[in-house]
Amino acid sequence: MPLEILIADDAPNIVLSLEFLMKKEGFAVRTATDGEEALRAMEEKMSDLVLLDVMMPKRNGYEVCEIIRANPQWKDVRIIMLTAKGRDVEQEKGIALGADDYVIKPFSTRELVFKVRTMLGLPAVEP
Amino acid sequence: MPWQWLAPIISIAYLAVLFIVAYYGDRRALQGRSLVNNPTIYTLSIAVYCTAWTYYGSVGRATVGGVGFLPISLGPTLIAPLWFFFLAKIITIAKINHTTSIADFISARYGRSPALGGMVTLFVVLGIMPYVALQLKAVAVSLGVLISMDTHSATGTMTSLWNQTAFYVAVCMALFAILFGTRHLDASERHEGIVLAVAFESIVKLGVFLVLGVFVTYGLFDGFGDLFGKAMADPNLRWLMDFDAVPGGYASWFSITFLSMMAIVFLPRQFQMLVVENLSQEHITRASWLFPLYLLAFNLFVIPIAIAGKIIFSGQGVDPDLFVLSLPIYGRQEWLALLVYIGGLSAATSMVIVETVALSTMVSNDLILPLLLRSRTTFRDDLSGIILGLRRGIIVGLLMLGYLYYRLIAESNTLANIGLVSFAAVAQFAPSIFLGIYWTGASRRGAIGGLIAGFLVWFHTLLLASFAQSGWIAASFLTDGPWGLAWLKPHALFGSTLFDPISHAVFWSMSANVGVFVLISLFDRQTAVEQIQALNFVNVYEKGAEGGNEYLWSGFVSMGDLKKLLARFIGPAQADLEFSHYAQHNHLELGDGVPSPAHLVAFVEKLLTGTIGSASARVMISSVVKGEELDFQGVMRILNETSQVIAYSQRLESKSQQLEAATQKLQEANAQLQELDRMKDEFISTVSHELRTPLTSIRAFSEILHDNENLEISERQKFTSIIIKETNRLTRLVNQILDLAKIESGKMEWYVCEVDLAQIVQEAVDATRMLFENKSVQLINQVPDRCIMLQADRDKLIQVAINLLSNAIKFCNPQDGVVKIELRKSPDAIGLAIIDNGVGIAQEDLERVFERFHQVYNSPVNLPLGTGLGLTICRRIIERHNGKIWAESLLGQGTSFIFLLPHSTTPNMGSL
Repeated sequence: MPLEILIADDAPNIVLSLEFLMKKEGFAVRTATDGEEALRAMEEKMSDLVLLDVMMPKRNGYEVCEIIRANPQWKDVRIIMLTAKGRDVEQEKGIALGADDYVIKPFSTRELVFKVRTMLGLPAVEP
Repeated sequence: MPWQWLAPIISIAYLAVLFIVAYYGDRRALQGRSLVNNPTIYTLSIAVYCTAWTYYGSVGRATVGGVGFLPISLGPTLIAPLWFFFLAKIITIAKINHTTSIADFISARYGRSPALGGMVTLFVVLGIMPYVALQLKAVAVSLGVLISMDTHSATGTMTSLWNQTAFYVAVCMALFAILFGTRHLDASERHEGIVLAVAFESIVKLGVFLVLGVFVTYGLFDGFGDLFGKAMADPNLRWLMDFDAVPGGYASWFSITFLSMMAIVFLPRQFQMLVVENLSQEHITRASWLFPLYLLAFNLFVIPIAIAGKIIFSGQGVDPDLFVLSLPIYGRQEWLALLVYIGGLSAATSMVIVETVALSTMVSNDLILPLLLRSRTTFRDDLSGIILGLRRGIIVGLLMLGYLYYRLIAESNTLANIGLVSFAAVAQFAPSIFLGIYWTGASRRGAIGGLIAGFLVWFHTLLLASFAQSGWIAASFLTDGPWGLAWLKPHALFGSTLFDPISHAVFWSMSANVGVFVLISLFDRQTAVEQIQALNFVNVYEKGAEGGNEYLWSGFVSMGDLKKLLARFIGPAQADLEFSHYAQHNHLELGDGVPSPAHLVAFVEKLLTGTIGSASARVMISSVVKGEELDFQGVMRILNETSQVIAYSQRLESKSQQLEAATQKLQEANAQLQELDRMKDEFISTVSHELRTPLTSIRAFSEILHDNENLEISERQKFTSIIIKETNRLTRLVNQILDLAKIESGKMEWYVCEVDLAQIVQEAVDATRMLFENKSVQLINQVPDRCIMLQADRDKLIQVAINLLSNAIKFCNPQDGVVKIELRKSPDAIGLAIIDNGVGIAQEDLERVFERFHQVYNSPVNLPLGTGLGLTICRRIIERHNGKIWAESLLGQGTSFIFLLPHSTTPNMGSL
């Protein structure tokens, strides 16, 4: 059973690129384009890691993160926030709400892959 | 019934009842359970205004002048609502300065001038004595009629019996006034017993008058309809109900109204009741509406009684002034006649008692004491006994004077106008008081000059004239003027024959009074004491206005001497009490040899002012204080300090108001700045987000392409085209942000010329043709193919049209897309409507779509092509052309974006 990644972002091209990257690493991938869709996907089946964009329609990334962390069943889910707003406050807010890490858009693909792999306890090459 | 002995006995009995009421009122006051501390009692006590003259005379006046009796009540009614304004100020000043009479008030205002106080007192006595005489006459005559119980005796012819009666009446009233007005000396000069008795009498006289009115209207006639019907049928009576019946017409109406406005406050008895006996300023509020109602009730039956008397006693020579009494006698209602007599007695006694008590205070404090105190250098230890004796003597003297006056000219018919003559006399005080409490510039010499001028005119035009009318002096005084000088004729000064005698006298006396007063004051230089008192009076409500007083004494006096002085006037026990109270209140160590602080001297002076008047108090204090009063420079210094403190506190107040206003403005500006700052931050943050999103895709796919050399061709092409698209989007975004920044900072260059709207539409359609075809959206261009010229920047307008068209393509129905372009016109503008058939926009979002980056977060579908700035830029462009752009939408039926540009105005290309 491959580990599964949930990708939640409202920009289709970004989803496309992330999907490609994760599949290439051998993960199973599901995608969502807004907050509610992401939560529905989680309820359907718990993913091992969520790549969570902050600025999304319906429910933003912070809210989704908070809801996931509020549910004890999902305590093992890893969350990496993707943020396009460069300010420190917003990154810290994600960590404070229970995200495990964050990357700033535009991100380095190698660094992202490294973070995902380390977080899931897989061997990783230093980018 | 044997009325000849019953009537006097009942009169005495009634006075005894009054006595009991007054005694009870005084006892309650001593027990500290005041009965008169009540706004209704206060109002009723003011009704001392309604004298026997009102009681009997109103009907008399109505028989000759119709509604001409009304202004006497109209004046007080009109001015009562203003009481809370000026009367409250007068009361406050009077309480602070311990002034207990109108003479004292005026004297205190103008530098505690003994001359002014004495003058006012003299004038009051001169002006009021006839009025007192009138009351005596009323009682004597009514008693005479009652005893005979015969309407034929009511013809107004004097009898010796009446003269005797009047004398006894005067004696009884003097007794009463002495008993309750001068029982003890009190710094406040308040007499609760008298107030209660007067309030009681006010109920009696009104009650009886109303009962009589009902009896006459419904007992002697069949109600108002019958009475007025009969009057209308009689040509001799009909005119009574006409305004034209008023003698002297409008001038008289106006002048009597004015006189009664002044009289209601400045008659000595009114001042006594309204100001001196006032216990709480809150009472004024009720009095100012309840008292006019009282007057209204009093006037209700005057006309019906007058008409009834005219009809019933037609041709019998019955004195109309006695209709009130004759009508119940005619109706064989002897007990009602007795009641009516009691009502008249009430009106007369309350007036006489209050008036003489008030006058005695004035005469003793402002006329006799200053002379007495000046002439004698040594005093017995206790002067309070002397003062009380003096006041009692004065009361007796005043009533005897009234009696004499009555004997002198009582037979004259001019008595009917005596009340108005008195009103005109006290009206002379109005300028001194009103200007005194509102104008610091009013000076002592001005007041003296004005009063003398006013009184001379009054004396000449009213008093001497009435003497001439009664035959007391030669009639040629009236007809030819004194010494044959026609321009001095008392009823036609300087040949002025326009007015009736009263209006004439009011006009000339008030003009002389105010004119002289203001003229002298303007050119006068006030003394230091005057200036201080002027400030104290005018600024009585200001904090610190009371200052200055205490500095007036700079000399030395021991506490023991000061107390001895006070004891002479108010008795040793009372003096001890006042001193210990004051010491306790001000944390003062008392001791006979200790020098008195200045404020203690000022305190004693105030106490003395209450007892012996301000001028006398000043004389007394200066007799014990060793050392001079402050010299002029010293007083000026204090004066400056006082006025500076007042001015400074006013400045501070306005400064702090200004500061508050400034602070508020600063806070508002700060809030705006913070809001702007927040908006700027948010904009930068949003722009950063918008730029980073395409960059992310570009970087990610570039790296993917770089790291994965063996990608399939199709995938490679897909990824490259994404990179290209996102690069285009990024470019467009950067351009639009720069555009917007340029427009908003006013740096955008505009090229305005004549442009053809049809051509612009065509160019925009050409530019978007590919989009229409790609999305298979149908275009319906309804703009007519002819020149539609207007002033605009051609390229910018094309930019707007392209933007709106591509938006419409994006948002129209995905299956069956239709976009329409229409020409829109208003009377002064022309423009386009671009209409799609998409899902529409919710009402609350119609404005918000023009906000920057609105769509990015709020559109239901992802719009990779949008930058979120297009509509914002469109709006900026249209606004620069002085035009309007807006959206209209029906949910589910599509959206129209409409812009209108004015035909003729020069586009606004300057900076915003």
